[in-house]
Amino acid sequence: MREVAIVSFAQAPSVRRETERNEVEMLTPVIAEAIERSAISRKEIGFTISGSSDYLAGQPFSFVTALDAVGAWPPIRESHVEMDGAWALYEAWVRLQIGDVDSALVYAFGKSSPGDLGEVLALQLDPYYLAPLWPDPVSLAALQARALLESTGYTERDMAEVAARSRRDAQSNPNAQVASDFSVDDLLAEPYLVSPLRKHDCPPVSDSAAAVVLAAGDLARRVCERPAWVRGIDHRIDPHYPGVRNLAESPSAALAAREAGVGDAPVDVAEVHAPFSHQELILRDALGLDGRTAINPSGGALAANPVMAAGLIRIGEAARRIMEGNARRAVAHATSGPCLQQNLVCVLEGD
Amino acid sequence: MSEPVTSIRRPVRLEYDFTAGRAMSRFLLGLAEGRILGQGCPECARVYLPPRGTCPTCGVPAEEEVEVSPRGTVTTFCVVNIPSQVLVVPVPYVCANILLDGADVPIFHLIQECPIEEVRMGLRVEAVWVPAGELKATFESIRHFRPSDEPDAAYDSYREHL
Repeated sequence: MREVAIVSFAQAPSVRRETERNEVEMLTPVIAEAIERSAISRKEIGFTISGSSDYLAGQPFSFVTALDAVGAWPPIRESHVEMDGAWALYEAWVRLQIGDVDSALVYAFGKSSPGDLGEVLALQLDPYYLAPLWPDPVSLAALQARALLESTGYTERDMAEVAARSRRDAQSNPNAQVASDFSVDDLLAEPYLVSPLRKHDCPPVSDSAAAVVLAAGDLARRVCERPAWVRGIDHRIDPHYPGVRNLAESPSAALAAREAGVGDAPVDVAEVHAPFSHQELILRDALGLDGRTAINPSGGALAANPVMAAGLIRIGEAARRIMEGNARRAVAHATSGPCLQQNLVCVLEGD
Repeated sequence: MSEPVTSIRRPVRLEYDFTAGRAMSRFLLGLAEGRILGQGCPECARVYLPPRGTCPTCGVPAEEEVEVSPRGTVTTFCVVNIPSQVLVVPVPYVCANILLDGADVPIFHLIQECPIEEVRMGLRVEAVWVPAGELKATFESIRHFRPSDEPDAAYDSYREHL
């Protein structure tokens, strides 16, 4: 495999409602910052790819409009996934394996505020059996949380501990949307939102954007002091219909982690895309992470969850810790679909 | 065997609060004042109309406001013979790309108040606005364009903007 590394990362601070700027205007400074930090000129970037969803924007082909933020002239090599930007990064990594280009710009934008996110996400479900009932994502996650609590030793206290730690860690993340210092007992005294989930178990609705630059081999070494090398990356998918799955576990995340080589060496830091607190418990087990790994020091998706960008931000946050010299081996995870249906795992290492 | 189910009804309706953004907001608010506002790129100096806040060629913010003229040149056109479901214009009618003076990107609009066989590339036209009291922050504040009775523009003046 060709060596490919993340050499820069930029993101917009997550906010509940960005009313002044549209998607392109949110992306422009983020892409400019990622390219500037990469020390690769805009015209030298060999491949450009984005992850986003027209359903969020309420606008057809919104990813084409977003190219206004890139400078796509002379005509560039470009692609798009109607997925979180983490999957765009996966495609860029595959593209770089071919060997004819040495760098790639990956960006994602998720502006959820124009529509009702719960209704939008209901439309990703089976159109005949599920979507007509408009199941909202919180209710589906609550089914999963109940299945986890009743079939394992995990408790609502374990979930509250995830939430308390995430939001405490988010206090040192300037891009986080929800940050606070609450005790677990305080959180457990709160009423249920959709039992067994309380408000703190659920992610905020976020508007944000993010961008990453990838570079191969010698180019990565030349432009970046400490490149975050992609040592393993894998994407696996569980069945679409939630009813046919055991919601209390994540076989696709476990398999992706094994294929990416998570367990081959100790993991300093993991950025896990768990929008709901109980999902971190499921994913820690699936990825085989234990107390030696710092999990979601950014605050994770409980602190900011811009749909379509939150997975790419996990990869960027994990890479940032390697590039800044605070970790040697990191794991990043992204999820998509209802109840952790799709999972992507990426292992990053410094030299 | 019973009859197969050939269809089910499943109405879907999603509502969105559109975010015009800074650039389009300025453009639309300009129309409400009877002004046409583009934006210039600091690198290539092109003036974009309608403005998008960036230069899609250079990929940099293009936020310098440039007021362009309500007069311009037809760069290309077509004659539409298909009745529109949404446009209340009798067929045949003329759609054109119009390069307003001071802009580098032609806008799309209707040409009216002129026999269709007289519409041509290079024809000079001017905006026809709704009455002043009806101006709003919408592109519909310009009803259509019509010939401005100037000599045709030379091909070289718009050849880079076809």
